[in-house]
Amino acid sequence: MKADPKGVLTGAHFIDGDHACSEGALAAGCRFVAGYPITPSTEVVERIAERFPHIGGIFIQMEDEIASSIAIQGAVWGGKKAMTVTSGPGFSLMMEHIGYAAMTETPCVFVDVQRAGPSTGLPTQPAQGDMMQARWGSHGDYSIIALSPNSPQECFDLTIKAFNLSEQFRVPVMFMMDECVGHMIERVMIPPADEIEILPRRFYEGAKENYMLYHANGEMVPPMVKAGDGYNIHVTGLTHDERGYPSMTVATQEKLIPRLIDKIKLNEEKIADYREDQIEDAEIVVVTYGITSRTAIPAIEQARKEGLKVGHLRLIVVWPFPEKYIRSLASKVKAIVVPELNQGQVVLEVERCAAGKVPVKLVPHVGGTVHNPKDIYNAIISSNNQKAE
Amino acid sequence: MPEELYEIETEVPGNTVEEFLRMERMPHIWCPGCGIGTSVNCFAHALETSGLDLQKVSVVSGIGCTGRVAGYVNLDSFHTTHGRAIPFATGLKLANPNLKVVVYSGDGDLTAIGGNHFIHACRRNLDMTVILINNFTYGMTGGQVAPTTPLTATATTTPYGNFEQSFNLPYLAESCGAVYVARWTTYHVRHLTKAIKEALAKKGFSFIEVLSPCPTLYSRRNKIGDGLDQMIYYQESSEIKHGADTKTVGLDFQGKIVVGKFVDIERPTYLDAMNDYYSKRLGDKFVHYNG
Amino acid sequence: MRTEIKIGGFGGQGVILSGDIIGRGASIYDNKFATMIQAFGPEARGSSCSAGVIVSPEAIAYPYITSPEVMIVMSQEAYTKFTPELATGGILITEEEMVSPHNLRKDVKHFSIPATRIAEELGKRMVLNIVMMGFTTAVTGLVDVEAMRKAVLVSVPKGTEELNMNAFNRGFEYGEKVMQN
Repeated sequence: MKADPKGVLTGAHFIDGDHACSEGALAAGCRFVAGYPITPSTEVVERIAERFPHIGGIFIQMEDEIASSIAIQGAVWGGKKAMTVTSGPGFSLMMEHIGYAAMTETPCVFVDVQRAGPSTGLPTQPAQGDMMQARWGSHGDYSIIALSPNSPQECFDLTIKAFNLSEQFRVPVMFMMDECVGHMIERVMIPPADEIEILPRRFYEGAKENYMLYHANGEMVPPMVKAGDGYNIHVTGLTHDERGYPSMTVATQEKLIPRLIDKIKLNEEKIADYREDQIEDAEIVVVTYGITSRTAIPAIEQARKEGLKVGHLRLIVVWPFPEKYIRSLASKVKAIVVPELNQGQVVLEVERCAAGKVPVKLVPHVGGTVHNPKDIYNAIISSNNQKAE
Repeated sequence: MPEELYEIETEVPGNTVEEFLRMERMPHIWCPGCGIGTSVNCFAHALETSGLDLQKVSVVSGIGCTGRVAGYVNLDSFHTTHGRAIPFATGLKLANPNLKVVVYSGDGDLTAIGGNHFIHACRRNLDMTVILINNFTYGMTGGQVAPTTPLTATATTTPYGNFEQSFNLPYLAESCGAVYVARWTTYHVRHLTKAIKEALAKKGFSFIEVLSPCPTLYSRRNKIGDGLDQMIYYQESSEIKHGADTKTVGLDFQGKIVVGKFVDIERPTYLDAMNDYYSKRLGDKFVHYNG
Repeated sequence: MRTEIKIGGFGGQGVILSGDIIGRGASIYDNKFATMIQAFGPEARGSSCSAGVIVSPEAIAYPYITSPEVMIVMSQEAYTKFTPELATGGILITEEEMVSPHNLRKDVKHFSIPATRIAEELGKRMVLNIVMMGFTTAVTGLVDVEAMRKAVLVSVPKGTEELNMNAFNRGFEYGEKVMQN
């Protein structure tokens, strides 16, 4: 399906990542946004609040992030595409509802413009410290998808992708921006509406008798219905059977939870999105995501100039983690370098998949600014000295 | 037999509420003597005579004993997280304004963990009906003190009695902007049914506090008898005072209960206010929102 | 080649808009890449404010400004605060009446323009930043002049296009003269 032209601001723009994210959401068909002001994400909802009255949509500034993160789910069951937008402290408050969305299979988008933490931290400065929280922050076992843009253009493009993935897999999608990308202004090309591919919600249209809300019919993802359609649905965060009814038994849990995880896990390669640069002959690969994928480039170029065989793997989808790819990469290369604006989060996944086959070197950063490419360069050099034979 | 009970029996012969319930989920989890089921009965009767298209009625609950109501009503129903029924309902209603959205939850859920959402929904005058079952305690978790527990009453977390001032909920709702505020007990089935019907027909934020016995955890711990004893207490200590000043309707431990319809006013709903304001402010550029 | 530009002044002078115009001119109308970073937080709310723009014929990887080659300064405070950052051999552009170039660095090229006076002649002191943009375009040659004109037109409030275009042209002409001498 093509995007509704009403929400598409076709043309060349010079806007920041936050505003590009808003435009991406509008193009994706999002018509309900609930949020609470928090730096550095507020510009996303400010632009939505300005634009919605002109295209038919509702922005509501809720009383807190907890309310925002569940109001969007009410809106989804009411038939809308919906998102909420926040940063670290607010993201922490939303955790319970990420679990609720995962458990009830409510497609929605959570935008987290990351700032340095913990706690209030550095509100106006970037970090990538919420990556593990995005994956594991709610209690219990579940799966989500997380994307990591590195430019305003990608804030537009990948917000659309985030909505599409959330509909495809009926899963909350985490849009993991950071302050640098959010406040960075660059050219953003918004194509005509008929060049933007939108995945509409897959609605069940069969008989109402004996309808079962979570009957996937042999597939991993059941179709949806919405309130008011006459199916008398019951949606609960309790462990539920295919009818959606609470059923607090081990047997029901055994049936439900693996499906919630497997619908993402088994589709890992389908969901995966990464960019390879000079990987073919690489002995050392720098694995990055988000803004770090840009700060690593001068370091990689410098090392290449000096004759080192360095490649760059940039993760656009961080969760699900591309396990198979990293495993095979680890058996081909001699060292992996992982720069992150945190004290080591995604590197743990890289290490897990490398499974001791090659040394994995973290280039940590406390956040507050981005890496100095020199630090990444130095890590490449020291990895080259210690690389596996 | 008191006149009221007699009337309800003659009005509704047989059990006609079955079609409003998910009978395949019976028996329910509520204890003998608990008032929640009684209130659901009243809700079903109110729906029956409301003239509403039941396909368009959604029930949203939080967590707790009353939170389970959503699971038993044969309507679109949402059992959300603890305290968050109102913000979920906010999203649901605004996404599809043609829905009639009823929040059905307990005192702890709506006024402790969900208190912030409650006052803001009143303020915004969101078009929804909130039925709050007040049993003065947290039932599901075993009888802890709640913001509604009267002074001196005992709970597991106030083993020597409660010393915190409790909420006067009708006063709270009115001060924050609710357009319909009533209080009844599960003894007053006929009045409660009528009140729910009125609330469902009311445009804006309508709020009904329903006092309801929790024999297992509240009454027994406080040595005030079983469910029937509580009904006798409600019957003997209630005074119907429509239009009472909500400031004066606070509750004391086993004290006098003022019941009735306290507030019934008109005020633009959130959505009407938004549409009216933007139409004036933005003129033709505004796309009128109706879901 | 990547060029880093820093613009400094005080609030209300249109510092951010100036950065916006350079970035828009370069990336939308001149087939180049541009990245602009805004200063946020207490720094952005103080009396002095700044904007940083990177212009490059190639995609820009590292997004921050570390050693600007071009600096546009519209207040004394910004002069004192920011000029030490200017790269050796860099271009320093100042507003003649607002900035006395004390202890001017010997290793930079300095150009100045009475932009405030020119703006006042045009009847609106507010357009001094647009005069500066015209001047900068002429002096640096960083972005094509037609691209800059287009960027000015889409960036200024509706109804003020003519005034701003005059301001830009006056600055540009002044710059061309300076370069001829």
